[in-house]
Amino acid sequence: MPVRVQTEDFDVSAEIARLRAGEPKIGAVASFVGVVRDLNDGSNVSQMTLEHYPGMTEKALERIVTEAKQRWDIFDVLVVHRVGPLAPTDQIVLVAVTSAHRGEAFAACEFVMDYLKTQAPFWKKERTGAGSRWVEARDSDDAAAQRWRQ
Amino acid sequence: MDQSEVLKGVAAATFSVKVMFFARLREALGCAGETVFLPTGRPTVEVLRDQLRSRGGPWDTELAPARAVRIAVNQDMATLQTVLKPGDEVAFFPPVTGG
Repeated sequence: MPVRVQTEDFDVSAEIARLRAGEPKIGAVASFVGVVRDLNDGSNVSQMTLEHYPGMTEKALERIVTEAKQRWDIFDVLVVHRVGPLAPTDQIVLVAVTSAHRGEAFAACEFVMDYLKTQAPFWKKERTGAGSRWVEARDSDDAAAQRWRQ
Repeated sequence: MDQSEVLKGVAAATFSVKVMFFARLREALGCAGETVFLPTGRPTVEVLRDQLRSRGGPWDTELAPARAVRIAVNQDMATLQTVLKPGDEVAFFPPVTGG
C-alpha cells in the first residue's frame, strides 16, 4: 500500500528499506518527515491531535501519488500519515520517493507534501497553556501548492 | 386520498443524503453526522447548506458564505453548485491542516 493512515509511529529506516527492497534500478530515495514542534504562532504546544476523514483521506492521498507518478519519472511513492494524539518531537508524516536520479525524487517528494498539506482532509488541534485551538490553514501552504500549477 | 397515497407523496417529494462535519465545524455544531432530507428536483449543495443554515444559531453563522468552509461529495472535493442525488455523502469542513 503506497498510502497509510495510522495512529502508530513509523520507522523511517524500515519503511525506506521495504520501499526499495529488491529494486536495483533505484538510484535515489528522497524522503520528508514532518514532526510536531513545541511552539506554534507564539504559543507552547503540549499536545497535538490529528483528525481525518476516513476514506476520503486515503482517496486524496492516492490521487496525489498518482499525479506525482504522471508528472515525474519515479518508481514508487510511500505516504504514511499519523492521526490521534501526538506530542512535541513525535513524527507526523513520512513521504518517500524512489527514482533513478535525485532530481525527480526531490521534486516529486516536495510536490506530494505541498499537495498533501492543501488537499488531504486532515486537521490539527493543539493544546497550549491557554487551552485548545484548531490550527488555521496557512496562505503560504496554498501558495506552495499553487506554484506546481504554473 | 388515503394514507398510503399521502405517504407515497412524501416519499416522492424528498430524498435523503448523509451529511458529515469535521474538526472545528463538528465541534461548533455539536454534530459529527446525520441524515438530511432534501426536496427532489436536482438540489445542489447550496440548497442543502441553506436548509442547514435555516436552523439558526451556530448552523447559520458557521455555514455562512463568509466562512471558509470546504465541501466534499462522495469523498471528492465539490462546490456549492454540485448537484446531489439520493444516498450521497456530503461533508463540510474547514480548510485542511495536515502534514
